[in-house]
Amino acid sequence: MVVTNMLYHLGRYVSLLRDAVSRPEKFSMYYKETMRQMDAIGVGSVFIVLLISVFIGMVTAVQFADQLGDSFVPSYYIGYIVRDITIIEMAPTITCLVLAGKVGSNLAAEIGGMRQKEHIDAMEIMGVNTAAYLIMPKIIAAVVVIPMLVAISAFVSIIGGYLSTVVPGTISHTEYVLGLRSFFVPRYVFMMFVKAAVFAFLLTSVSCYMGYYVKGGSIELGEASTSAVVVSDVLILVFDFLIALLLT
Amino acid sequence: MIRTEELKKSFGENDVLKGVTTEFYAGKPNLIIGSSGAGKTVLLKLLIGLFEPSEGKVYYDDTDLFSQDDDALRQIRMKVGMLFQGNALFDSMTVGENIRFPMDMFTDMSLKEKERRVNECLEMVNMEGINDRFPSEVSGGMQKRVGIARAMVLEPKYLFCDEPNSGLDPKTSILIDELICDLTHTNNITTVINTHDMNSVMGIGDNIVLLKDGKLAWQGDKSQVLESDNQMLQQFIFASPFLQRLREDALKTRHAAEGE
Repeated sequence: MVVTNMLYHLGRYVSLLRDAVSRPEKFSMYYKETMRQMDAIGVGSVFIVLLISVFIGMVTAVQFADQLGDSFVPSYYIGYIVRDITIIEMAPTITCLVLAGKVGSNLAAEIGGMRQKEHIDAMEIMGVNTAAYLIMPKIIAAVVVIPMLVAISAFVSIIGGYLSTVVPGTISHTEYVLGLRSFFVPRYVFMMFVKAAVFAFLLTSVSCYMGYYVKGGSIELGEASTSAVVVSDVLILVFDFLIALLLT
Repeated sequence: MIRTEELKKSFGENDVLKGVTTEFYAGKPNLIIGSSGAGKTVLLKLLIGLFEPSEGKVYYDDTDLFSQDDDALRQIRMKVGMLFQGNALFDSMTVGENIRFPMDMFTDMSLKEKERRVNECLEMVNMEGINDRFPSEVSGGMQKRVGIARAMVLEPKYLFCDEPNSGLDPKTSILIDELICDLTHTNNITTVINTHDMNSVMGIGDNIVLLKDGKLAWQGDKSQVLESDNQMLQQFIFASPFLQRLREDALKTRHAAEGE
């Protein structure tokens, strides 16, 4: 029963995405909608991403500083560890898990509300391909702006690490910067952007799917919104593992 | 003209429509009436193509709606206007933007031309000057009119109205009915209205389709309603004792006039 249900949703999800990938009725309308979504998803999420990232960096640096305190490992390793753990894992994964909550639930509620208020039916009757018009601009916007947010997140986390270790005097400015410059593997940055793009696609497409097929009233809308976050989070974690397997 | 042939629709074990064959005429308000659960909304959604029939066909003039590919279906839908029960106006857009939306999506008109057409449509529904207001800033009756204006903006051949009078006071209901009726006659549109409102039936019912338990129970025009001896029709339209007395009085007056 669970497997049948999962296959049913997978089939319907793939079918919706297939409908969403089609030639726009009017390019300018899709462009305008994509820009609007970039603003909503990107600019609207900058503050929460900055806040979380600075704390992630601070906590990571403080924890490693404490653990390396009495060991023979050079203290400049703190900068190196904060940089790599941020780029490889924290920035893409934590940022996208948070965005699944903020953006994903919002997208599911927005599209679900449109379904319930017959806005989607109205567009269908006008001849609009609603799967394409409502979903594709959101996916494109997310796949473009979320990697930017992740890059900002990585940068701010590294700053956070600096603030929590250099400012109180745990290590010196020179040691931290030396750590940041040591053992740099450019492939990790590529991996960060791959993860960010994949997670962005997952969290937007899954959330739109949940909203698009919502039925019933406000309770079902709330459930769809919650499911969007839960399923997106689970898929982000699964794909995080798969990408790690493939790219390391 | 829209024609249905043995139209059936089931949801699982539940047979909602059980073979409806009927016609909806151009230039006339065609009313679908029936008690709750009779299948009115399902029939309307089948006519628009929002549901696919389990069996049977829907023809727009001579075109079979459900044998079209997606592109051809969209071409047909561009000739369709729809007024929803809840209006379905986009909350994030102003009244003007709502009416302009179909033109933005499907035409290459300049902004000036589109604005002119928006104003024409607002004038048509007597709602000039509210372009910049949001749907939440106007009354229910005004929202209906805006919904009609949006439905009419691309000059449709077919207009569908789902419960256009729901939630409106009797006076506004009559105004909306008259507006739909005028637009239908003036533009020779095939208008299909799903309604419970008996004022609409007696006021604008040029072609009335009564559904009962998913089947066609009666079809005729408003002038035939009083005389018809169809029990299902009489039970549905003249449901209350007050309305029954009105019918008897009306019949007496008509027969007296005919006797003279």
